[in-house]
Amino acid sequence: MGMTMTQKILAAHAGLTHVEAGQLIEGKLDLILGNDITTPVAITEFDKAGLTQVFDREKIALVMDHYTPCKDIQAAQLCAAVRAFVKRFEITHFYDVGDMGVEHALLPEKGLIAPGEAMIGADSHTCTYGALGAFSTGVGSTDMAAGMATGLSWFKVPSAIKVTLTGKFRPYVSGKDVILHLIGRIGVDGARYQSLEFVGEGVAELSMDDRFTIANMAIEAGAKNGIFPVDEKTRAYLHGRVTRPWTAYEADDDAVYEREVVIDLSTLQPTVSMPHLPSNTKTVGEVAGLPIDQVVIGSCTNGRLEDMRQAAEILRGRKVAKQVRCIVIPATQQVMLDATREGLVQIFIEAGCAVSTPTCGPCLGGHMGVMAEGERAVATTNRNFVGRMGHVKSEVILASPAVAAASAVMGCVADPAALTQG
Amino acid sequence: MRIYKYGDNVDTDVIIPARYLNAPDEASLASHCMEDIDADFAATVAAGDIMIAGANFGCGSSREHAPLAIKASGVQCVIASSFARIFYRNAINIGFPIMECEQAAREIQPGDTVSVNFQTGVITDETTGKQYQSAPFPAFIEGIIHSGGLLKSLKARGVAK
Repeated sequence: MGMTMTQKILAAHAGLTHVEAGQLIEGKLDLILGNDITTPVAITEFDKAGLTQVFDREKIALVMDHYTPCKDIQAAQLCAAVRAFVKRFEITHFYDVGDMGVEHALLPEKGLIAPGEAMIGADSHTCTYGALGAFSTGVGSTDMAAGMATGLSWFKVPSAIKVTLTGKFRPYVSGKDVILHLIGRIGVDGARYQSLEFVGEGVAELSMDDRFTIANMAIEAGAKNGIFPVDEKTRAYLHGRVTRPWTAYEADDDAVYEREVVIDLSTLQPTVSMPHLPSNTKTVGEVAGLPIDQVVIGSCTNGRLEDMRQAAEILRGRKVAKQVRCIVIPATQQVMLDATREGLVQIFIEAGCAVSTPTCGPCLGGHMGVMAEGERAVATTNRNFVGRMGHVKSEVILASPAVAAASAVMGCVADPAALTQG
Repeated sequence: MRIYKYGDNVDTDVIIPARYLNAPDEASLASHCMEDIDADFAATVAAGDIMIAGANFGCGSSREHAPLAIKASGVQCVIASSFARIFYRNAINIGFPIMECEQAAREIQPGDTVSVNFQTGVITDETTGKQYQSAPFPAFIEGIIHSGGLLKSLKARGVAK
């Protein structure tokens, strides 16, 4: 019986020639990630267990991104605890204010992820790196502590859903619309404990930034990971970033999938997720006109350069509606620099947006755009749960950068095509 | 003991909102547990109470603060139709009991008196007299649970130093 791409990577890391769905394995890790919220808890568990060494100081990445630049004294204490740990064990890959970025945009950019590698991160959106043909999955702080100490993690080998992509995008449709559409079709637990393996001729149509966005939200369908095959676009992205040897895995021809979902990209419309579940999807036309108070463009889902370009294309020469606060957060220092050099930051500022240094901030209701009772946002982030961006009676509508930018201009949920043609 | 019953897709943002993650000590986490969907929970919960929920319990963020908050509030276990995978791992890794049983999750009502046997996986609704068998854990996971959590089991095996 053949193996899926994910199963092959897991087998290789467990030193096995073959694994099957449901099998429990212990795998070697190529990288362990933590942030300023999850790492302090991992350090506490690490110390509580009396552990005294990390397995490899070069295979741990710690990124201070959620509450940074620190929003309050307690957040500052958390970062201080991480800095002390970094110093104690001489951790190589530590990213603090000034060179940090939102972790899942930062790690691929820094060349810390290569195809065929296996990694865990104490953050649920760690599944992002499947865009590069790696196995990566979110875990908790104790798993992170165990990973740092041993370089190992236990996994239940997942079965998979084959997501076959065909066709080409229409204007103003991007990776975000693909993943929101998919979650709407299969539900927030539609891929629970499973892999989402993206295949088909439509994959070539997707930019790397589209793939990062899609893999990033695999967790919102309950998936263990989302993964893409390695192609020319992947190789081009890795060029100049990754110099160590890596392996491109392919699913066997007779790999077993639980089910197949086919998405024709040419039929997709700009899609949004209404409160309070990512699976509560509508096409933008169905809810256009709904008034909003805030727009957030950024996050590990949509804070990359291409996202900035798509938002700027809409905002160029236009103004954010008077009653709307539009907050743009390039996800990394590099994205900020590139967006500045391309003139995108100027477009945002002239349109009346607030442009922020990288942070996860508003996505989780941390800071930099927390909402009051009764307020509603259109955001390019990944979750719209109750109270996610602030008050328990505030609402988040998930959308692509193009829809978010058009909504900022119109002051309501808006279709970018209607704005630019109207 | 008291039953707290919730629906499907209880996410970790409502179990412990991100605005409280800047203070990850157990007492603070417990004091805000469930507050966005059940404002009375933290004030009324007592040691030995049981939480019951539908499908996909603990979906969303990987924050281990979520099972920590429930555990610190005194709840003895969560019984759900199904668990989101990261919450499932986290609960096992920190040694907090969870039981997967769709029928029990559906039929047990707030107000019922319920007892659980973690050795056998049997859930007993003493009010109705009905018994339920929860899904057994694989031996590997059973080992982690018996060691009192992941790090203890790794130390016992001599892999973590």
